[in-house]
Amino acid sequence: MSTVAIAGLGITQMGKVYGRTATDFAAEAIALALEDAGLTKADVDGLLIHSNNTPEMNPMLQMSLGFHDLNVLCAMSAYGSTSSSMINYASHVIDSKQAEVVVMVYADAPLRQGGSAGAAYAKARPAQGMDSFNAVHGFYGANVGYALAARRHMELFGTTSEQFGAVAVAQRQWAMMNERAQMRTPMSLEDHQASRWVVEPLHLLDCCLVSNGAVAVIMTSAERAKSLRQPPVYVLGTGQAAPGDSKRTDREPGIYTGATKSGAQALGAAGVSINDIDVLEIYDCYTYTVLVTLEDYGFCAKGEGGSFVEDGKLAPGGSLPTNTGGGQLSSYYMWGFTPLAEGIIQARGQGGERQVDKHDLVLVSGNGGFLNFHGTIIMSPRES
Amino acid sequence: MTDTYNKPLPLPDEASQPFFDGLVNDTLMLQHCRTCDSWMWPVTQRCRNCLSADVEWASSSGRATLYSFALVHQVYHPGFADDVPYNVAFVDLDEGVRMTTNVVGVENDELRVGMKLIATFEHVGEGQVIPKFKPAA
Repeated sequence: MSTVAIAGLGITQMGKVYGRTATDFAAEAIALALEDAGLTKADVDGLLIHSNNTPEMNPMLQMSLGFHDLNVLCAMSAYGSTSSSMINYASHVIDSKQAEVVVMVYADAPLRQGGSAGAAYAKARPAQGMDSFNAVHGFYGANVGYALAARRHMELFGTTSEQFGAVAVAQRQWAMMNERAQMRTPMSLEDHQASRWVVEPLHLLDCCLVSNGAVAVIMTSAERAKSLRQPPVYVLGTGQAAPGDSKRTDREPGIYTGATKSGAQALGAAGVSINDIDVLEIYDCYTYTVLVTLEDYGFCAKGEGGSFVEDGKLAPGGSLPTNTGGGQLSSYYMWGFTPLAEGIIQARGQGGERQVDKHDLVLVSGNGGFLNFHGTIIMSPRES
Repeated sequence: MTDTYNKPLPLPDEASQPFFDGLVNDTLMLQHCRTCDSWMWPVTQRCRNCLSADVEWASSSGRATLYSFALVHQVYHPGFADDVPYNVAFVDLDEGVRMTTNVVGVENDELRVGMKLIATFEHVGEGQVIPKFKPAA
């Protein structure tokens, strides 16, 4: 029986929305989430701020947003798995009555008019010490790190670029039914294969978008959620895992991710098995991330992720509806708040044209670093 | 050579200076823990295995196995514009650490995960050396 529930969701405009700060996006998302829940700012007694690449997302944001007399305030980061950490922490502070209405927010505004998506996260200053070592060898950004993991998987298990493409194609089909999605034009496997290499074996269409925008989520007790405006989305279980150091030869989190341990924790807490899951919202910084996460959650054996996804089962009408809003590959890039937001929409049954009929159990994942961090949330419109 | 070498150069800090000094003598220096006998990378001030501060610098064998490689097609820095696609590799040193590098002396399409490699030292300017790896003889 769940004692906590998600009661509010606010999503701003996403993508190439220029001239606004992360703080401004955060304020709007919170206002939208409060309106969605039927709460006011004065009801909020907890604020969790998602640290990310912008310096604005720090504890001082409380003052920028004009929140007073909070019981709980924290800036948190486990990179792309922070969403799960926040839901877990909020569950505990609500259960222990340290706070009753907890707002969590992700906001970013890296895109500048006339600047490329690739330039959005480029560092202004040259790196020093060990950090300079990567640049010396032409290792820039996440693309190279994920390409190295993807190549290793291909070499070990025979995974192909076309199999990565099956993930991208399925998600684009979902995105075409999501009015918020940045990418809504049809994509074929041929389009995927013809898109330029960014860092081989990753084509452009294997990589996530970059977005300006914000998402806010409000959690409260299950009891209070029942009296609010939206159908409650109960949190049945969470899990986290940080497999860690990828610079030791006896470790390879890029192939054996934290999803194995995190998923088992979340499923155990919810008292369900992986085959009970109806809808999947899997963190998708790259197509490869989806494939390896499915393996480690146990949907298929290690190494079989490629053949598992290539039949289109992740797409609309498939047996395993996955990333039903288009994910970060095709809708918008708000780290773990992209899968979290879509999970809430699906659990509520508010997905419109893309709503999955059976949505009793929704699994949401987060992933951060170079597959160093993982988080899992299991949510449901049913209390148990 | 500094006139023509336009890629980023190492910027040693206090902690990493011994590593970069070693390269000048064609030596791959690594930190080794005298408490637990493990090797560590990247450069640190305490052992990454047991957190001991009793850490010494010692020469690595330079022997490694190719863990994975990626071919960078996008130009992230103008110094690499003429090189794309160039490889970036993770290599597993015999000492048990995984290092970022480039593999030289082999075409990109001949790179194979698991191939045996040995460190080589590219002198690109006065006191400026880039450690790379090439197929072991």
